[in-house]
Amino acid sequence: MNTLHSLATLVKPVENNPVLNISIFLAFVAITLVIVIRSGRNNKSAADYYTGGRSFTGPQNGFAIAGDYLSAASFLGIVGAIAISGYDGFMYSIGFLVAWLVALLLVAELMRNTGKFTMADVLSFRLKQGPVRVAAATTTLAVCFFYLLAQMAGAGGLVSLLLGINDKLGQSIVVTVVGALMIVYVLVGGMKGTTWVQIVKAFLLIIGALAMTIWVMALNGFNLSALLDTAVAASSSGADILAPGLKYGTNPLDFISLALALVLGTAGLPHVLMRFYTVPTAKEARRSVVWAIWLIGAFYIFTLVLGFGAASLVGADTILAAPGGVNSAAPLLALALGGPLLLGFISAIAFATILAVVAGLTITAATSFAHDIYGSVIKKGKGNPDDEVKVARRTVIVIGILAIAGGIGVQGQNIAFLVALAFAVAASANLPTILYSLFWRGFTTRGAVWSMYGGLASAILLIVFSPVFSGTETSMFGADVNFAIFPLSNPGIISIPLGFILGWLGSMTSTVKESPKLAAEMSVRSLTGHGAEKAVEH
Amino acid sequence: MSEATKDALPKSAIDYEAFEKSPRFLALKRTRNTFVVPLAIFFLVWYFAYVLAAAYLPEFMATPVFGRINLGLLLGLAQFVTTFVITMSYVTFANRKIDPRTEELRLELERMEQQ
Repeated sequence: MNTLHSLATLVKPVENNPVLNISIFLAFVAITLVIVIRSGRNNKSAADYYTGGRSFTGPQNGFAIAGDYLSAASFLGIVGAIAISGYDGFMYSIGFLVAWLVALLLVAELMRNTGKFTMADVLSFRLKQGPVRVAAATTTLAVCFFYLLAQMAGAGGLVSLLLGINDKLGQSIVVTVVGALMIVYVLVGGMKGTTWVQIVKAFLLIIGALAMTIWVMALNGFNLSALLDTAVAASSSGADILAPGLKYGTNPLDFISLALALVLGTAGLPHVLMRFYTVPTAKEARRSVVWAIWLIGAFYIFTLVLGFGAASLVGADTILAAPGGVNSAAPLLALALGGPLLLGFISAIAFATILAVVAGLTITAATSFAHDIYGSVIKKGKGNPDDEVKVARRTVIVIGILAIAGGIGVQGQNIAFLVALAFAVAASANLPTILYSLFWRGFTTRGAVWSMYGGLASAILLIVFSPVFSGTETSMFGADVNFAIFPLSNPGIISIPLGFILGWLGSMTSTVKESPKLAAEMSVRSLTGHGAEKAVEH
Repeated sequence: MSEATKDALPKSAIDYEAFEKSPRFLALKRTRNTFVVPLAIFFLVWYFAYVLAAAYLPEFMATPVFGRINLGLLLGLAQFVTTFVITMSYVTFANRKIDPRTEELRLELERMEQQ
């Protein structure tokens, strides 16, 4: 009864202020649209459209990377996970952060030096173009699609919380509006416009989270221990929320599998890799990752405070009973702290997050299709770059429509696993080939193709035959259907080693010799940046 | 030679295989690898040690240190600290030991290309 009462007092203002929420969101859309239109004016060449003319500075790109990375899943999802599962939610964010060291130390600068527009540029540099590009484009499209669906479904769920729209039609309209806006952003603004939207959004998100963090800490006399005290007091699990085990305690292997995918997947996410091409030099690529690490790291420390703050000020039961479930922890905390105005601001940021991340994913997928499949495979690299951009623009519309249809289709489904699946595919199919082609001379076309298709197929198959799809109450098909022969919800622990082994095995059994000339050229270019940037005369 | 690399690469007279074996390029490669590889191994081992501890030793992680702050929280925050420290040390290293040398090599490659 007590819970019900507090729920009513909390949810009522949420439903009473949709006008406020919508106006703040519209203000964001208006501002970003102006930015997108202004920056879209100078999009002339393919390099302009795909990479914003490589004109961004390291700090700007760092903000954009943070914007791409801090999706609704990390903002709403991690705050919610900490509020409900305590420490286990925190472990999630550590994997997301540490992963950036793989990108910083092993991937970012070498990728920037070797490629032009897409991941496939690097992977196919010294191997056979056709098969490698098709495989790399396939995994790129798969990762982008899983990620896109997760974001679109998040948009539907968020709106039910903020606008009090619970019926299918209302949610479908919102998903359609988000999709349509995203298409406009990407078509008009290209990479430059999309990047500016990310920068604005990342800035707002981090400022908003910082403000709420300071607020929560101020309420507890800037004493973390005191905050944890109140969270423990409010929780039905008591002090258990401060130690690992609440969420993954019954299946630690599942957590290890997830941790593997998180830490190795980030540096293989195509929309993150593509960001390394929007800066002029390897040094700027390095600076972007450094900025991204600071911003993302700071943000995850904020989420620790926000999560436990939500646990103590809102309460786990209220969060779980709210329309958006776990994802409503951050908005409800905003409401508890600053009333409807702060809620409106935070919700608008969450919406903006979905919009911006969806736009970034779409331009990555469209670029990969136009540049790798249309330009390099169908036209054999002899096509007109302008035609390539035209194809990219059409692809944007197709992907946008698919995302809208998919977003409407998956409504109400429990699809939180899609983000984890995107990371698992990135870690199993993309990262082995990236590392092998940068660091192992003996790597061959067969190795690349086996590794990419093998990593992709095994990750998807393992998910289909896992408890995510069948066998338990929370499965997609419910408890009645059971074909879950794989016991873990995260495929990484099998599919990632498999991706590496297949890459090695394919290379060892390869009969075709790869060009040693191209290998030498790639090695020289990746380390020196020759061809990618001009030497500076002193 | 594959068909589509043509558009990615300008035609050049550079003998990359010879350049790759030049002492200065090899030295650059060695410098980078001897810094980056041990660091990468270190952070991966440290991260997975943390993950394994969280997965299999929850009581150990729950050991109180002061107030409500326990060992798990401190170890988790230590992951943040090491990530920041590794980032900054790599940046210092790259600015001092890598950038000047790559710039030199790039100049040399450009000169070779113009010949």
